[in-house]
Amino acid sequence: MTGGATNRRTLAVVSAGLRQPSSTRLLADRLTEATVNALGQKGLDVDVHVIELRELAHPLTDALLTGFSSGPLREAIDTVTRADGVVAVTPIFSGSYNGMFKNFVDVLEQGALAGTPVLLGATAGTARHSLALEHELRPLFSYLRSVVVPTGVFAATDDFGAVEGRAGSDDTAPLVVRVDRAGRELADLVAARTPREVHDPFASPTSFEDLLAGR
Amino acid sequence: MQFGIFTVGDVTTDPTTGRTPTEAERIQAMVTIARHAEEVGLDVFATGEHHNPPFVPSSPTTMLGYIAAKTERLLLSTSTTLITTNDPVKIAEDYAMLQHLADGRVDLMMGRGNTGPVYPWFGQDIRNGISLAIENYALLHRLWREDVVSWEGKFRTPLQSFTSTPRPLDGVPPFVWHGSIRSPEIAEQAAYYGDGFFHNNIFWPLEHTQQMVALYRRRFEHYGHGSADQAIVGLGGQVFMRANSQDAKREFRPYFDNAPVYGHGPSMEDFTAQTPLTVGSPQEVVDRYATMREHVGDYQRQLFLMDHAGLPLKTVLEQLDLLGGEVVPVLRKELAIGRPAHVPDAPTHASLVAKAGGAHDATVYAAADDVTGASPEVATVTR
Repeated sequence: MTGGATNRRTLAVVSAGLRQPSSTRLLADRLTEATVNALGQKGLDVDVHVIELRELAHPLTDALLTGFSSGPLREAIDTVTRADGVVAVTPIFSGSYNGMFKNFVDVLEQGALAGTPVLLGATAGTARHSLALEHELRPLFSYLRSVVVPTGVFAATDDFGAVEGRAGSDDTAPLVVRVDRAGRELADLVAARTPREVHDPFASPTSFEDLLAGR
Repeated sequence: MQFGIFTVGDVTTDPTTGRTPTEAERIQAMVTIARHAEEVGLDVFATGEHHNPPFVPSSPTTMLGYIAAKTERLLLSTSTTLITTNDPVKIAEDYAMLQHLADGRVDLMMGRGNTGPVYPWFGQDIRNGISLAIENYALLHRLWREDVVSWEGKFRTPLQSFTSTPRPLDGVPPFVWHGSIRSPEIAEQAAYYGDGFFHNNIFWPLEHTQQMVALYRRRFEHYGHGSADQAIVGLGGQVFMRANSQDAKREFRPYFDNAPVYGHGPSMEDFTAQTPLTVGSPQEVVDRYATMREHVGDYQRQLFLMDHAGLPLKTVLEQLDLLGGEVVPVLRKELAIGRPAHVPDAPTHASLVAKAGGAHDATVYAAADDVTGASPEVATVTR
């Protein structure tokens, strides 16, 4: 909820990096910066909320086992659910997002990210894993009915060392170019939407007459 | 204010001995626990209904009927009766029969069960869970209030001029609670009928309980059953006590760590902070549960889960001694302080009969006896 100020948007940034410092977090920060800048050019202010899943690893396991979440994990779930846009970045493990990333997705309420613009990013040691972004992450967010921006950004260790503005040896656009493009794409989607209103079933329940009528 | 216990009826290995009770032992233990609940001065015993191992109570009215015969005062209830997969016609009959045998010491709590596969075992589909709860209860509600029911719905065969027998004792149906942990629809249902709402919060943070109860209270008032603070609210609870707090923690920890549902997850300390579970001295339990009404308002029923996670029978009976001896009498006093006069107690058979203007026999006599073809003489003087 943005308190009626229509020029404010909230961006939730989910990073599933395990090490500190983390190249996954580094990529997440760069994607965030690009998105915030692009939104700024449209005259929109952004509240950024970063969620480091590493800090929630134990509560995530507890939530899977007990069926409820409380404390910082609850706050993280609420933050992502209420966000106008999401940046989600994971390291690639065994050909896919890591388990912690999936655990977080699994504890979200059904429909929590439906219609939410999402920018996906992934990191790995080498560029051989880059298509995991398209074949693993993108379908997961299709299932969640999120609106995923066309550009997903994959960063291998090499990418962080590449010279800015020059294409890599395999003709890929350099990381900085892909990050900017992806940030603009997310900003376009976030700007085009009215700030998110979350339906609260406790505030406005389905009336019993409707329930009886099977509506 | 009613205090009591509710049981899941799980057959669980005692993690400290490795011993698992037999079904026969567990069933007898449940009966012993219920009888002891009465002995220590508790008001309510409620049994779960489950249809898969490791749970034994698949046939609640059989068990409750037996306990009714062995007790004098104890109110018998369920936690919960599966309104989704039981035929509402059979629920109407079974619980009216139990009402007669227990002399009115019966109410029940509707629920949707804890496992998906139970639906197909009884010819239903879990995707219809809420719709089944709504439709089946609407029919059950009529079967207890109308002598002759013609009915058609989505989930069972239509009824033509059907009379559920026996009719409710004294013409007054048993009071019904609706139990739900996370479905606002069920709070809405309870509010619509002016029935009770039970939030089994034992595995949930209090903020969530607060939200559900607030919704029920608001809608109870909306449907014209009284003011929001007159709605009938029940809560779950879970405690383990020893005279010395540290002894309680030491003794309960292995049961906690290996318990079904939450075992191998959060630490006992985190879980007690997040949920109503209280492990400590009787005074700590009193302190914790005396504050529940600050979150949900003055309420009517507090049930405790005491006999799970493989705790041996002897320990459970000792727990009941502490609950009935040192906790409940103090809570009764504390919760009576400042409780507004217009907040009602939970309805009982006696209070419902009084509200209905007195007892009246509700027997429906057959128009003609199938065997002799003759109408019984009394048929004209009743109803």
